[in-house]
Amino acid sequence: MNLAPDPARAAAARPSADTAAERRLAVAWAALACVEDPEIPAVSIVDLGLIRGVDLRPDGALEVRLSPTYVGCPATNVIRRAVEAALRDAGAGHFVVTSVLSPPWSSDWISAEGRRKLELYGIVPPQHSAASLREVLRESRPIACPRCHSIDTDCLSEFGSTPCKALHRCRACLEPFEYFKCI
Amino acid sequence: MSATDAVSATDAVSATDAVSATPSGRVEPAALFRYVLRLADLSLVLGQRLGEWVGHAPALEEDLGLANVALDLIGQARLLLSYAGEVEGLGRDEDDIAFLREQGQYLNPVLVEQPNGDFGQTIVRQVLIDAFQLELYERLQTGTDERLAAVAAKSVKEVRYHLRYSSGWLVRLGDGTLESHARVQSALHALWPYTVELFAEDELDRAMADGGVAPPLADVHAAWLARIDAILAAATLERPPERAYSWHGKRGQHSEHLGYILAEMQHLQRAYPEARW
Repeated sequence: MNLAPDPARAAAARPSADTAAERRLAVAWAALACVEDPEIPAVSIVDLGLIRGVDLRPDGALEVRLSPTYVGCPATNVIRRAVEAALRDAGAGHFVVTSVLSPPWSSDWISAEGRRKLELYGIVPPQHSAASLREVLRESRPIACPRCHSIDTDCLSEFGSTPCKALHRCRACLEPFEYFKCI
Repeated sequence: MSATDAVSATDAVSATDAVSATPSGRVEPAALFRYVLRLADLSLVLGQRLGEWVGHAPALEEDLGLANVALDLIGQARLLLSYAGEVEGLGRDEDDIAFLREQGQYLNPVLVEQPNGDFGQTIVRQVLIDAFQLELYERLQTGTDERLAAVAAKSVKEVRYHLRYSSGWLVRLGDGTLESHARVQSALHALWPYTVELFAEDELDRAMADGGVAPPLADVHAAWLARIDAILAAATLERPPERAYSWHGKRGQHSEHLGYILAEMQHLQRAYPEARW
């Protein structure tokens, strides 16, 4: 876009336009923060870092950019529908939900709040950065049990109830628990 | 391979195999379409194969493990098939391309259509393919085709976990009991000849490498071999000798097994065209 704006007019027009736009964006974010992950109801999709951005397009539509966690995750369509329903119910006006593949979603984007909620829910959050993912093939550091915090644990299954989690077991308190893999 | 297989395969191959990179370094859409199909079909057919284990694996954990890997592979296939449909420009979507093509139009390497056999044989096949996808996708990420690079960057993160799972099992089985060692060594001998096809570069692979879309297969091969050798050493298994190249699944010439996979996978869409959930 190469339209040179008239500074005076732009300044005059700005406050009200911005407030309306900002209000819509705030409504959208508030609605999105209430959408839970269907597999992990304790955590919202905003906490998980699945929302890549919300923008107001020149045509007046809100564009919500959403990333899938895993390419084959069956929850992806469910999440999309939940996002659409939440935006509609919140009266966010005309919106489009687009899918963003690149850069790929990373467990690094789970917020501090999201990690805390995962832990409270009994799922151990990712223990390190996805930058160390090259080491995934060799890496086998012990994962502390979320209940008794013992590190005398082992991995029962590399894939748990969903692709994003592995199933571990604590040998101290004998309880199984899930670990959110770093990806 | 039956006589009818050979005929349909030849028909499918002849028309579109003469491809080259255009002078600008970009690749022709028809060539890109076929290349994307090769990647997509590898994931789709292997995902379908692994799905056969659901409810039959030796333990619940392996049932979940194999099913989750299958799910990731089908996810890759969906992204790639959708892209192939866009490149082709005839309005076909992922389902049209997956469910309404004949065997000779499938371009997966023959290795992925081989039967599951016992759990050890499935694991051997999986290690060979996981390591291949890992090394290929690592390099596709930096290719000139943005969509393929994005799919590769997304998928490679998952493939690392696939290889972690499969190589972990191969080491356990190879370095396990006499029985488990003998079974996976024999599976390795049976499946090794099919790996030659993965790295047999033809004019389509070359056109993609020339256009900067895909890496030269020789690079992928060297990295793959180093990785496989390290896993085999840990698993106390012996790498079989090289054999002559004799398979052309990438060109639509398949073993007798693919037809059965497609018959099962495509049955519903063939019997009830355009059926939807």
